[in-house]
Amino acid sequence: MKNKFLISVLWSFLFTLSSFAFALQAATNSAAKVPIRVGLILDKGGKDDKSFNSAAYLGATLAEKELGIQLKYIEATDDAAIETMMRSFAQKKYDLVIGIGFAMTDAVKKVSPLFPEVKFALIDAEVPGANVTSLLFEEHQGSYLVGALAAMNSKNKKVGFLGGMDVPLIHRFQMGYEAGAKSIDPKIAVIINYVGVDSSAWNNPAKAKELSLTQYRSGVDVIFGAAGASNNGLFDAVEETKKLAIGVDSNQNWVKPGLVLTSMLKRVDVAVLEVIKETNSGKFKAGTVRFGLKDKGIDYAVDQYNSKFFTAETSKKMEKIKQDIIAGKIKVPDYYKK
Amino acid sequence: MILSWAMSILRVSTPLIFASLGGLMSERSGVINIALEGLMLIGAFTAAVVALMTHSPYLGLMAAIVAGALGGLFYAFCVLKLKANQIISGTAINLLAMGMIPLILKILYGSTGATPNLEMNERFLSFPLVLLVFICALIFALFKYTHLGLWISFSGEHPDALESAGISSDKIRWFALTCSGILASIGGASVSIYLSSGYSRNMIGGRGFMSLAAMILGRWRPKTTVLACLFFGLCDVIQMRLQSANLSIALPTQLIQIIPYLMTLIVLTGLVGKSIAPKALGK
Repeated sequence: MKNKFLISVLWSFLFTLSSFAFALQAATNSAAKVPIRVGLILDKGGKDDKSFNSAAYLGATLAEKELGIQLKYIEATDDAAIETMMRSFAQKKYDLVIGIGFAMTDAVKKVSPLFPEVKFALIDAEVPGANVTSLLFEEHQGSYLVGALAAMNSKNKKVGFLGGMDVPLIHRFQMGYEAGAKSIDPKIAVIINYVGVDSSAWNNPAKAKELSLTQYRSGVDVIFGAAGASNNGLFDAVEETKKLAIGVDSNQNWVKPGLVLTSMLKRVDVAVLEVIKETNSGKFKAGTVRFGLKDKGIDYAVDQYNSKFFTAETSKKMEKIKQDIIAGKIKVPDYYKK
Repeated sequence: MILSWAMSILRVSTPLIFASLGGLMSERSGVINIALEGLMLIGAFTAAVVALMTHSPYLGLMAAIVAGALGGLFYAFCVLKLKANQIISGTAINLLAMGMIPLILKILYGSTGATPNLEMNERFLSFPLVLLVFICALIFALFKYTHLGLWISFSGEHPDALESAGISSDKIRWFALTCSGILASIGGASVSIYLSSGYSRNMIGGRGFMSLAAMILGRWRPKTTVLACLFFGLCDVIQMRLQSANLSIALPTQLIQIIPYLMTLIVLTGLVGKSIAPKALGK
């Protein structure tokens, strides 16, 4: 009897508490100005690719925490669905719609002119329009840097490149990487593989692993993987062969500690956070923004998992190359300008 | 060199062989099984989740077998008990698998795309290859030496004759479809806990349909079907290796990848040899 009473008191207490909490939350929400609504459309790799899309998602959730914006994200299950998703965000009068990846280009081209009051942001491709901002990265510069690092760490004078889908964007990575490796040793062999030719290539770890194993067994020491979620296959292969891998987009050093030489950072998170901040404060600017080594939009990752590869000498060399690229002393070949 | 090629081919064709033998069980008994892709997805997903939970790939594989059997039974229930159209129910199972898995993933791991990664001791390093040899031998023996194999074939060719001998072709088909589900599911599991380390979205990527094509190329016979799978694997491996080879002539590697499908089409249209599908298939 006594127990029952106690429980009911406890329950009522909990209910009151939670209703207070809700009321409090509602009050703080209404006190601030109406938060903007952001629709985020992720590419096929999905928010857990630990790479490109994960970075975008991280940036958006950071904005959600810092600015209290309303975030809704969708993962594109197939390319045909992207336009519909974008349209539905726009029709619901979202303030900002962000398309992650070049696969969104056509959808932005079609949808953005129809909804002039909605702002659009597009990563990795350029679309003109008064309400569109295109966020581009100088991937070739970062690839050049990790290419140089790969060559410094290759005993067999053989380094590898694993691309996801065979598209110009990834060729830009490849070209920079090759140039970087050859800058250290002009005779070095660069073995190149692509996982596939359609967008399922971003999500085919089994094939990526097979390709990586083939490369490692042929004497390749270091493989740079620019393959989205397929990079997981590369990391499985590096674990089994105990060679070296280089991650991409997000910092992937932690995935296989000690076996990931570095990660080429492409700060999609920063770009997404910035564009949300600008839109939130009413300073959205249409046009093209380029992120590169200078503003740390592109970089290479050094942390506790890979610090053993960065001796004082290596760090100095890498820093010098970086400064030379920024100063324009080193001209990195750009696939887009070929 | 030869060994590394052989291992590559074996690894690439492992899921195909399991699944196409599954397809063969079903189609020889007279039921079209277009659901292979979905059943493989279910297997890949279940194996990854259970291996993650129990830290044992063997338990993951067992769970995949159970899930595959249930999937096969469900398909049998649709087409045998409810007499639903086989193509449509098969497609429905594929779509169901693609839709359900992200939902369950979201509940389990708060993400729709992928499971966390499996450690090296939580995944297989070579066991599926042993299992592969065992299953191949089992299926060859089944069709060559046993009454059951004969009944399955009769159920696909002349179900009436089987009925008049006092054996229910329906019962045979229930059995064959369950086996089919199990085999496809093992094929899927080999993708997620052997060839890679965890489940990621739609990771089967058409391997179920490739298995169907291999089975057709193998003309619904176990030995030729396995050979067809190995041939598909060979084409894939050639394509992979040519990519990185320095050839003096630029050969588009995609050309090599279409060879298997081209051959399947040729066999299907009966230009070379005769396509010999079970007579009562789909009836």
